[in-house]
Amino acid sequence: MLYREAGQFKTSYVADQAIFPILQDRIFIVLILVFAVVGIPALAISAGGEAYWLGTIMLPLLIYALAAIGLNILTGYAGQVSLGTGGFMAVGAFAAYKLATAFPWLNIVAVFLLAGLIAAAVGIMFGFPSLRIKGFYLAVATLASQFFLIWLFNRIPWFTNYAPSGVISAPPRALLSDIFVTGAAARPLFKYYFVLVIVTLLALAAKNLVRGRVGRAWMAIRDMDIAAEIIGIRPLRTKLLAFAISSFYCGIAGALWAHVYTSSVEALAFDIDTSFNILFMIIIGGLGSILGSFLGAAFITLLPLFLENVPPKLGLVIPVNLITNIQQIIFGALIVFFLIAEPRGLARLWQIGKEKLRLWPFPH
Amino acid sequence: METLYAILISPFAQMWDNPEFLLEVIIGGLLSGVLYSLVALGYVLIYKASGVFNYAQGTMVLFAALTFAGCLDLHVPIWLAILITLAVMVGLAFGVERVVLRPLVNQEQIILFMATIGITYFLRGFGQIVWGADIRNLDIGLPKEPMIVSGVLINKFDLVSAVVAGSLVTVLAVFFQKTAVGRALRAVADDHQAALAVGIPLKTIWVIVWTTAGVVALVAGILWGTNLGVQFSIELVALKALPVLILGGFTSVPGAIVGGLIVGAGEKVAEVFWGPALGGAIEDWFAYMLALAFLLIRPQGLFGERIIERV
Repeated sequence: MLYREAGQFKTSYVADQAIFPILQDRIFIVLILVFAVVGIPALAISAGGEAYWLGTIMLPLLIYALAAIGLNILTGYAGQVSLGTGGFMAVGAFAAYKLATAFPWLNIVAVFLLAGLIAAAVGIMFGFPSLRIKGFYLAVATLASQFFLIWLFNRIPWFTNYAPSGVISAPPRALLSDIFVTGAAARPLFKYYFVLVIVTLLALAAKNLVRGRVGRAWMAIRDMDIAAEIIGIRPLRTKLLAFAISSFYCGIAGALWAHVYTSSVEALAFDIDTSFNILFMIIIGGLGSILGSFLGAAFITLLPLFLENVPPKLGLVIPVNLITNIQQIIFGALIVFFLIAEPRGLARLWQIGKEKLRLWPFPH
Repeated sequence: METLYAILISPFAQMWDNPEFLLEVIIGGLLSGVLYSLVALGYVLIYKASGVFNYAQGTMVLFAALTFAGCLDLHVPIWLAILITLAVMVGLAFGVERVVLRPLVNQEQIILFMATIGITYFLRGFGQIVWGADIRNLDIGLPKEPMIVSGVLINKFDLVSAVVAGSLVTVLAVFFQKTAVGRALRAVADDHQAALAVGIPLKTIWVIVWTTAGVVALVAGILWGTNLGVQFSIELVALKALPVLILGGFTSVPGAIVGGLIVGAGEKVAEVFWGPALGGAIEDWFAYMLALAFLLIRPQGLFGERIIERV
């Protein structure tokens, strides 16, 4: 009754091509943005937990969402399974570190964008095998990037500016004169807004990319590469472009992770578990869906918190070492459960919900 | 210049100067490659019969080793411990078939792959709750002292594991080639629908395959546990079986063996002779890069079927 497109006529091509053609969707997305910009910080600050809620929950959630969008472009849209996400994130993090320390006058936004471009170049290099192989062979091949890149950053001292410990703190950089957004001393609120703006803009760009010519080419390659080639899509260019753009997103996510969230640049933060976590996010969120990347990231980041905080509220006292194990069990069981219940992810549930809402209050 | 020299010339000079040492390194590598082969074998068995890329194989190795070591700690005799662990692995096979594979039948491969990652997490947590997270020493009386054969130092334990692995592979080969169940397994691997049509019960076959993979995991777990202690790094080492699969081909049992040996020997040689020049620990990625380079030349692996589609 509330949610339907009846009566909303499109009178121009521009209106027909809008991202959110239905008024209710537009209202909804604006409400979400307003909530993210005003609501969450206000709630966090009034609860006295700015550092906790913004700094340790919302930041990783948004950054993971960005990385998930990156992987979703590659795996969900272009159909190339990758287990090397962590490696590409590490490239972004270390590229940003090298750039920020070599050119201290460079604006931090430019640093992150350049780091993303460097990650894209590395992504293209590791994307070449995708021209000959696909499926699990490709997945294992991308593991090479994961292990090789992490080893590279751990072992070659040039990347860490010859730091003795290998763990280096991110250089503090300001967006404007004194609004610091990177480094340990920066205020979580500013960090949050910085990440929010970047993630929102990049998500918007990704959404437009995947519904345009490039995205359609990716999906054609994913669904049937031979047919795609016959209708004139060049597999070489399309696949490498997917690797490049995916790595660009992952690289920026990695740079944000190291410089804004943890404030320490270390290769171990991007190990194989990170890659798998992000793969989970897009599977649980929904392959081939930008919204799904956000839902998946939220699910995977919030689930451990939920498991940590709910049993004590119910009066169950569980020893700490047991909790992590139980978390793993529940995590594993939930993944299987989700795959059985809805293999196409949370985004699909969302879609079903919208369709139901469109008919409501009638069943058919 | 110096780095180039250290990479291109001095390793070969070293090999030339001291061939016994090279031989020792290669033999040591081959024998550790046997363990990679065993894990890879588990992957191949399941992939062949059900098209599932079972990420949990590494954790199954760990889980089997944990159960076995846990039983031994409770002063259970070895034969009983083996039986108990086998029973657990059979139970696991039934559980996986019932809870995971059956509801997910006819789904895409990536979904099944993800489901096995779910199994991995589950097993990891479950194993730690039941058996604790400590490193356990596993000692079932296998000889460990080194011996010298015509000037080359060989660890006796490595020989034992090679023999065990070899006999396991022989038994499996006979099982696959000569028994009715083995024929049914190969039929399912060839074509699910045709196998169903001639009356092969798919569900039973899956349970059998997962059980076989569980047995292989147990053997690998015991050997590995005796060598390194039962600990969670076993799981990470098991990831090395993935490049082995690429080298050998996802669907080939001999490929898994040969691939494991190549990876084992290759990475030891690389680590010993090239490691110092490159900063050490190149074992971590050498196998993957080798596999990657190999893929560009021969995408279907050494013995894999040529079903891989041209892109």
